[in-house]
Amino acid sequence: MRLLNASGCLDALTALEVARSLDVFVTKTVTPMPRAGNDPVRIAEVDGGMLNAIGLANPGIERFCGDTLARLAGLEVWVSVGGFSVQDYADLAARLDGEDVAAIELNLSCPNVDEVPESVGEVVAAARAVTEKPLYAKLSPAVPDVAETARAAEAAGADGLSLVNTIRGLALDERTLRPVLARGPGGLSGPALRPVALAAVHACRRATALPIVGMGGVATGRHVLELLAAGANDVALGTILFSDPAAPGRIRAELEAELAAHGFADADNAVGAAHEADLPTLHQRSRVRVEKHLHTGLNVAG
Amino acid sequence: MLTRAAHSVTGTEAVGPYTLLRIQRGDLDPGLPGQFFMLEAPGRLLPRPMSLCLATESELAFLIDPIGPGTRALCSLELGDRLAILGPLGNGFRLDVERPLLVGGGIGIAPLPYLSERLDNPPAVLGFRTSWHAEAAALVPNAEVVLEPIYVTEVMPAGHDVLACGPAPMLEAIRALTPHAQLAWEAPMACGYGACWGCVVRIDGELKRLCVEGPVLDAAA
Repeated sequence: MRLLNASGCLDALTALEVARSLDVFVTKTVTPMPRAGNDPVRIAEVDGGMLNAIGLANPGIERFCGDTLARLAGLEVWVSVGGFSVQDYADLAARLDGEDVAAIELNLSCPNVDEVPESVGEVVAAARAVTEKPLYAKLSPAVPDVAETARAAEAAGADGLSLVNTIRGLALDERTLRPVLARGPGGLSGPALRPVALAAVHACRRATALPIVGMGGVATGRHVLELLAAGANDVALGTILFSDPAAPGRIRAELEAELAAHGFADADNAVGAAHEADLPTLHQRSRVRVEKHLHTGLNVAG
Repeated sequence: MLTRAAHSVTGTEAVGPYTLLRIQRGDLDPGLPGQFFMLEAPGRLLPRPMSLCLATESELAFLIDPIGPGTRALCSLELGDRLAILGPLGNGFRLDVERPLLVGGGIGIAPLPYLSERLDNPPAVLGFRTSWHAEAAALVPNAEVVLEPIYVTEVMPAGHDVLACGPAPMLEAIRALTPHAQLAWEAPMACGYGACWGCVVRIDGELKRLCVEGPVLDAAA
């Protein structure tokens, strides 16, 4: 089990020691062109969580590769990418194929931009065609059947799933009754998202053999254990990092105690414990990450 | 280092409509005036950013306006309660000024008592909505106080290095009058250390994180 940050919830350039306390640093989503993001106000605390509408603020893929990536040396880096067409995702994946990144996370589910990417299967297939990097599809739980989306991602060649992104929520100002966020709605994260994430991970574990990074409202070691039991192989921290930058160390220690209390030899042994029947055998593709990484130089993008 | 630790409340007192929350200092570094701390708000998901109001050898104090659920929770803390504190964060005021003038508006006077102490009690001009709010002026030595409808910009003496904190319209008005002023802004923040990208403001024409670039900015920025 690896501990990651959820994309957009940590900047290794302003908090390197927090990034170092995780096994993997996942970047904020990078898009083809630079984006300023949404106007403020961008965040609001709500009952059971918080809303954000940052709007994929990022320097664009060229400045990211030319500047940001070099400053992340020493970290295991997954790059989250987001686009507005199938071709955008293919271009981003091809651009990253020769870079020193451990995996690419396809952000297929940002609730805070107007442009909606096309079908998950098409995007994953287009990225798959141009890179040997492990591809994780980050899915929204706000669909009638997330397992169906997961199967589409698997069929198109994804190496793993990131579950879940935020879901859309709205906050109104106490006095004016107008939306608090300048954009109107925002992505809901924090405690309220945790049962949603558990359900999505549980459903996708039954539907596919892909490794799963579980995330959504994780704040304690117990929460990690529950996501593992639902079927996650790795777990990412999001909103908790905002209030507690020391959360990774604390949560690891709490998880050790939880595993011992439940009689699990290690975290991997807890994966799928919530399921009674036989689960699909875990897809092995992501297990050869290191070997594939060595071969990336042989692959010509496109 | 982003070190967050629990500290005990040593007392609270009402200052007009505001609450002065006193915390056991322990090994907390008070930082520079204008820097801020993320204070755990009991029962709330996110901490709240507060600039330091006063520092003694044994205590740090924060002046808080109970305007929402987080600040109300902070104002409800009692002697002996413990809360997690992260800081100091961000960039404070530059203290290498020759003729300082402190300017504050409303709850924006919060960082000025500590700033005044560090600059040997320079003159100050403070503006408030009502005489009740103006009770907080007692925290700032050498202060001239004005009440609405008079604004601080009407009584600011010329020829000073202005260090100001207050509502955005006040800071914009000061910026127009004194392009070399140092202005302390505020914005909603989830993290205070550059992670959430929630606190952006327009700086030099670009949306930048106030927690990383500020909260004290040159007026020309």
